[in-house]
Amino acid sequence: MSRLERFRGKRAGARAGRAAVAGLLAAAIPLAGCSSTGGKRAEEERNAAVGGEAAVGTPRWKIAMVSHSGEGDTFWDIVQSGAEDAARKDNIEFLYSHDDEAGRQAQLVQSAVDKKVDGLIVSLAKPDAMKGVLKKAAKAGIPVVTVNSGQDESRKFGALAHIGQDEVLAGEAVGRELNDRGRKKAVCVLHEQGNVGHEERCRGIRETFDGKVRNLHVDGTNMPSVESSLEAELQSDGGIDSVVTLGAPFAPTAVKAAEGAGSKAEIDTFDLNDQVVTGLKDGSLGFAVDQQPYLQGYEAVDLLWLHRYNADMLGGGKPVLTGPQILTKKDAPTLQKYTKRGTR
Amino acid sequence: MTATPTPTPTPEPAGTAPSEAPEKDRTDERLVHRSLLSRLMGRPELGAVVGAVAVFVFFSFAAESFLRASSLSTVLYASSTIGIMAVPVALLMIGGEFDLSTGVMVTSSSLISSMFSYQMTANVWVGVGVSLLLTLGIGFFNGYLLVRTKLPSFIITLGTFLMLTGLNLGLTKLISGTVSTKGIGDMEGFASAQALFASELSVGSVQIQVTVVWWLALVAVATWILLRTRAGNWIFAVGGGQDTARAVGVPVARTKICLYLGVALGAWISGQHLLFNYDVVQSGEGVGNELIYIAAAVIGGCLLTGGYGSAVGAAVGALIFGMTSKGIVYAQWEPDWFKFFLGAMLLIATLLNAYIRKRAEANR
Repeated sequence: MSRLERFRGKRAGARAGRAAVAGLLAAAIPLAGCSSTGGKRAEEERNAAVGGEAAVGTPRWKIAMVSHSGEGDTFWDIVQSGAEDAARKDNIEFLYSHDDEAGRQAQLVQSAVDKKVDGLIVSLAKPDAMKGVLKKAAKAGIPVVTVNSGQDESRKFGALAHIGQDEVLAGEAVGRELNDRGRKKAVCVLHEQGNVGHEERCRGIRETFDGKVRNLHVDGTNMPSVESSLEAELQSDGGIDSVVTLGAPFAPTAVKAAEGAGSKAEIDTFDLNDQVVTGLKDGSLGFAVDQQPYLQGYEAVDLLWLHRYNADMLGGGKPVLTGPQILTKKDAPTLQKYTKRGTR
Repeated sequence: MTATPTPTPTPEPAGTAPSEAPEKDRTDERLVHRSLLSRLMGRPELGAVVGAVAVFVFFSFAAESFLRASSLSTVLYASSTIGIMAVPVALLMIGGEFDLSTGVMVTSSSLISSMFSYQMTANVWVGVGVSLLLTLGIGFFNGYLLVRTKLPSFIITLGTFLMLTGLNLGLTKLISGTVSTKGIGDMEGFASAQALFASELSVGSVQIQVTVVWWLALVAVATWILLRTRAGNWIFAVGGGQDTARAVGVPVARTKICLYLGVALGAWISGQHLLFNYDVVQSGEGVGNELIYIAAAVIGGCLLTGGYGSAVGAAVGALIFGMTSKGIVYAQWEPDWFKFFLGAMLLIATLLNAYIRKRAEANR
């Protein structure tokens, strides 16, 4: 190819590229008619603006929360918004960081201690890794509240209180509910390998449920794979009459999988989100077990504020439980408003 | 210099430099007629096909529910969601490059589409179009940066991977207020888009997901490009050795950028499926899938060093992955050991593949 030819080729390529872009835009423009249903506009019509400002006169204290959340976790997002709302009311500077790897989570706690925060909120998913760094926090005189996971270690590590749900208790509540609904064979869908809390939930179900429970591990970051694995499980055993997912985003997927497999199994789930509430409402989901993540974040910040302001304590040395709460079709209409704005 | 197109019946890599001083008494090796069998034996996907048959037979015996039509449809669906990405990734790997950003790019593509439609209260097809342009933009970014900086694609796409992971979360949170998008199922155009990207087709009494059709279509197009077009020769050539390729007039930069655009196109298709199948997209999804796509391509006979492989092989690799991961569930093996079984089965399938290829090459 001569240089001139190559140059022409390039020009032609560029022209073709531009033509393709223009073509796509041209195809998009006639479609650009707005959607008259759903979308942002509908949301704005639904919501009046919610604002807020500090309701107390205390100085601006600094509280840090370090969780074991992975990237983009819906559950921790709600915990965070609860904490932020409490921080706004209590005139607190709220710092949030997270890492799903225990070693790195400990480093984040360390950096919060180094910042000399006025209070620390930590989740103890892998308690042993956090032991040393929490000792350092105690030495520095920083009050600690544990949330969500680690109720057995919370006191041992010198925390003020633990705010969360007892995972085994929650599992047991699910087992009893399944009994009440006359179920015989359940699948417990674990979407995060090695998560102690998840294992405890399934164990809790096994303890109270009179029928059989099988565990199923799925890859939580790959939704199509979750769907096909669950479909495979349901096809391989036609006797399964209930599926319990351990996270809200997986419940609608489980409904799809049951449809795909032609299974009549009832889908139940831990935790809530907007889709789960919609599912409860239209009957595609049986029940949901909520542990009120918003409350966990809110109460933790508020308790640290109360402790600093008034030397208050909660729980009397026992964990403060935010769940389990079994929610069914009749709760759905009330909840919908709150899940839509991301606080339940 | 001018590169005269060589009139070869079989598409050999154009990277092999034309030999000077032809010897009259020896026939050109490219013109030797080879029997169908020996040509089949030389195909890169042969080992993978044998591996796939082995896995299929194994699970037919190990899991009684595996052979039902509905189960096979589930397996095909699982394979297709991997395969739609594995095919363009295989082309890219034949071209000698990697892309680590593919897993999260799929999520990005669906997030863009969903959030654009929702925030603008636009017909969802507008969002789908915008998503196509932006996803191709990400692919172009990868490719352009690669040919401009000459850095290893591993590093560049690792950077894009991390940036996209952050952007997916950061922008979703900024725009939607939560880490997942808002439902767009009640918006105009959703039903027709769902029909294209996430519907089920009835074949007899069995439901086949539309992704299977997308997958097969991509395999057909990619195979045609690789084996029947000049661009296909260019891909093999740049993967075989880009300096040689450049020396014989292959537009190396353009070929590589186009390969990244191909990957982006696959990510767009997968992304739209993700959106229209589940209505709501979780921003943290997709991390780790990039390795599954690469694995499928390698199981299917692509070399990690480039210059060798096939689209059909990548599709068969995806099928092996799909059969294995679902077959273990059908077989009801102890779930705690799932990942171990999966890894072991894949290793065995790939070893079988490598063994067969070696034998085939020795017999040539």
